[in-house]
Amino acid sequence: MHWPRFFARVKWDRERREELESYMEMEIDDNVARGMSLDDARAAAQRKLGNRTLIREEIYGMNTIEFLDSLIRDIRFGLRALRRNSTFTAVTLLTLGVGIGANTAVFSVVNGILLKPLSYPKPERLVSVANSAPGAAGLASVSGDLKLSASMYFTYADQNRTFDALGVWNSSGATVTGLSEPEQVRAVYVSDGTLEALGVPPETGRWLAGEDQKPDGAARVMLGYGYWQRRFGGDRSAIGRNITINAKPREIVGVMPRGFRFLNNESDVILPMGFNRSGLRLPGFGYDCIARLKPGVTISEASADLATLVPVWMSSWPAAPGVNPRVYENWRIAPLIQPLKKEMVGGIGNALWVVMGTIGVVMLIVCANVANLMLVRCESRQQELAVRTALGAGRARIVREMLVESGILGILGGALGLAVGWGALQLLAALNPVSLPRLDDISIDGASILFALALSIFSGMFFGSIPAWKYAGSGISMALRGGGRTSSQSRERHRARNILAVIQVALAMVLLVSAGLMIRTFQELRKVQPGFSGAEQIQNVRIGIPEAVEPSADRVVRMENDMVERLAAIPGVKAVGFASESPMQNEGVDWDAVNAEGKVAPGQDIPPMRLFRYVSPGVFQAEGTRLIAGRAYEWTDLYGARPYVMVSENLAREFWGEPRAAVGKRLAASLPGSPWREVIGVVEDVRYNGVDQPAPAIVYWPSYGDNIYRGNVRDALRSMTFAIRSDRAGTEGFLNQVDQAIWAVNPNLAVASVRTMQEVYSKSMARSTFTLVMLGIAGGIALLLGIIGIYGVISYTASQRIREIGIRLALGAQQGELLKMFVRQGLMLAAGGVACGAIAAMMVMRLMKGLLFEISPLDPQTYVAVALVLAASACLASYLPARRASQIDPVEALRTE
Amino acid sequence: MARRESPLHSEMVQGTLDMLILQTLLLGPAHGHTIAHAIERGSEDVLQVEHGSLYPALHRLEGRDWIASFWGTSENNRRARYYRLTPEGRRQLAADTARWEQLVRAIGRILKPATE
Repeated sequence: MHWPRFFARVKWDRERREELESYMEMEIDDNVARGMSLDDARAAAQRKLGNRTLIREEIYGMNTIEFLDSLIRDIRFGLRALRRNSTFTAVTLLTLGVGIGANTAVFSVVNGILLKPLSYPKPERLVSVANSAPGAAGLASVSGDLKLSASMYFTYADQNRTFDALGVWNSSGATVTGLSEPEQVRAVYVSDGTLEALGVPPETGRWLAGEDQKPDGAARVMLGYGYWQRRFGGDRSAIGRNITINAKPREIVGVMPRGFRFLNNESDVILPMGFNRSGLRLPGFGYDCIARLKPGVTISEASADLATLVPVWMSSWPAAPGVNPRVYENWRIAPLIQPLKKEMVGGIGNALWVVMGTIGVVMLIVCANVANLMLVRCESRQQELAVRTALGAGRARIVREMLVESGILGILGGALGLAVGWGALQLLAALNPVSLPRLDDISIDGASILFALALSIFSGMFFGSIPAWKYAGSGISMALRGGGRTSSQSRERHRARNILAVIQVALAMVLLVSAGLMIRTFQELRKVQPGFSGAEQIQNVRIGIPEAVEPSADRVVRMENDMVERLAAIPGVKAVGFASESPMQNEGVDWDAVNAEGKVAPGQDIPPMRLFRYVSPGVFQAEGTRLIAGRAYEWTDLYGARPYVMVSENLAREFWGEPRAAVGKRLAASLPGSPWREVIGVVEDVRYNGVDQPAPAIVYWPSYGDNIYRGNVRDALRSMTFAIRSDRAGTEGFLNQVDQAIWAVNPNLAVASVRTMQEVYSKSMARSTFTLVMLGIAGGIALLLGIIGIYGVISYTASQRIREIGIRLALGAQQGELLKMFVRQGLMLAAGGVACGAIAAMMVMRLMKGLLFEISPLDPQTYVAVALVLAASACLASYLPARRASQIDPVEALRTE
Repeated sequence: MARRESPLHSEMVQGTLDMLILQTLLLGPAHGHTIAHAIERGSEDVLQVEHGSLYPALHRLEGRDWIASFWGTSENNRRARYYRLTPEGRRQLAADTARWEQLVRAIGRILKPATE
């Protein structure tokens, strides 16, 4: 094949014509010279040369790839055919556009979050490190995996042989003062090894280094790109300047580059952890850990390596005073290493796959629907096709033409879909309903475009092949003779469309069941008593009082009391209190075991872990957590450091059988030497870890008092979340007043994490909401397309049987009977679809189990309801065309022939 | 879709026309009209070709770079497309001729087995 000739084949043809022309002239000249008349000479030359057009065609054929050339012709023909039938084309393109668009959007999300590697150098070597501790009862219910303690970090970091770098980190808020009004910024605290593990070089300056980690060394800080731009206008001379964070001046040593995210956290400032190595003990399991594997090291090798270090850790560091360090042996601590990506993606992965699958099913329905439209179209082109076949068009040729036509539809639909998908993604990014991880990585990129292209070509071939296979070269004589006019149609001719309609209904059934199960899940979640009430009235704000601002614990508690009083004085405020954390926020939690006086649980060497929460007076009232028995803390209890404690209802029941019985009993932390504290009150259970998680047993310690974990000295909570109950929660005016109240106590305090409890509560259900909405949309599209499918089949059948209907009516058939006949047909289709769909759904719904809450994947109510909805829709979809058909005037019907 | 199959191919051994064209061009560049008449005359009118069939053959040979073409002026001042042999064409002709002679000898031996 000569490519230059292929592209110049028209020019070549012109040259050949000239050449043949010149031959003719020469031959005529010769003939004339031999004495012929001009006419005879021309005729003789003509004979000698032969058919000039044929010659040119033969040469043209040599210059081209037959297939390509005729493909171009087929495309032109297809485009013309589609333009002529604009309604069909518009409907098809719209359906395809929505289908492909939805798929492309969801694929882009899945690709960005689940498939694409993390945007760090050599991301496949990044892992997160935690521990499992199956021997520590109750741990899973309070904090999930066992995080690292500071001492464990040192052992792991210093003595491992499988990591290039390993570091621990924490995220929290920090207060910057001195630049303007005190500002609360997002801070990430990192140990040595953390930045090295991530491996992203700084934009300017340097990383925090080992020397910056010394607790008594020079105070240093790194800035995030955004904060650097915002506060320093991107000025490189910011390096070396000081900035006051948590009342401590720190020298700026570096800036991270644009687009750098610390895992899922935006970070304005990066601060050194600054562990005081000599004061560390075994416990304090509060640090997240990331690490970079050495090249070629597998996760299981690394796990084995760290596993050998657990006993080393146990023997290298002191336990808390009086505690036998062997207690941790019973916990059976083992390293838990997983790819960092898995850790970052978290629980949304499962939901995303389900959504992707669902949207894929929608695409199948779309294809079935378009195939149905194509069948109808082919039906009306039967005669055209038959004539062409009779004139010698080969079967392959006609099939190809049909496939080209559907291919064009597919590609155009794909282009439209890309636009739809792009729009949908913009919407998703703007709303970000689930606070999707890795949101920056989600975009319509090469992979998405490729996906859309593949999808459009595949679907084009799919829905094109059905009519092509069915109609190409079949029944020429039949079609030519009767064109379907003289006889009613055979069952045969309807089979393909009936099957497609059944498939559509079946797929719709599957999707509607999945959507239905999510609705039921949502209902169940809404029924759950979260342990707080009137969430939209609860204003949460987070405040920290660093030691640099107020070193004395005694004065801190007075400041806090002052703040509570000032906040309570804001008009419209009904109750105020604060606690170490508020429910469902996934902030770091504190936990340990406790002992009840006189209750040595039999056979329990290791008492189960309980969630600890430090609370102020008034917080239960503010959060709307009911007091079940006894009373709540008063300020006088705190000032007097009285040995009191409060517990959650489930803990009271566990120890003493019923809440009432708990009041007056005594309880102590499991640390040896812990003084007994008297239980003064029991409050209702709180779904602390999320609506769908069981309520953990909680011990409520007072926010100020003797802290056994700090050597039994008076200690005050310094970082806390206020709960302020007011009808004006969330309004700007109200938040201003909150700021003023706090600043009135100390102008160096900043307010952070401002949100209402309602936002927190909604966020806790975000994954379910997101899945519900997506499945709802998919189910809705599926239902609509399913109805259209049945409607299409029935109305087409009706239109084809008009003559028959006319005869029946003329012979005295009742309208009602005719109606019944068509509706019965529609219902049969629906029944077939529902039956197949129910079986398919039962098999598929297992995959959704992780997303459901207290609902079985085989929930009969859902299945029955969906089946009824489909049956009702099928009735409607077949009734409408049936009624039109039965109201026909028999004379009219017979005259149309 | 069926087409192609020049009438010449059914009458002459495949490849023979190509060889004859190349042989004709050995004498110097010529245009289609000359080539057609040269083959006819050279074979003492045994090989009657429809002259038109020559052109697809010329096109094919040019595609294989065995001959090259250029526009020139004919003996009686008409614009004509001339063809000339390329070095590759010359080599091809030699190879074709050798194979042809071999073939003829072989066939001859079968047809007249007892002459010696």
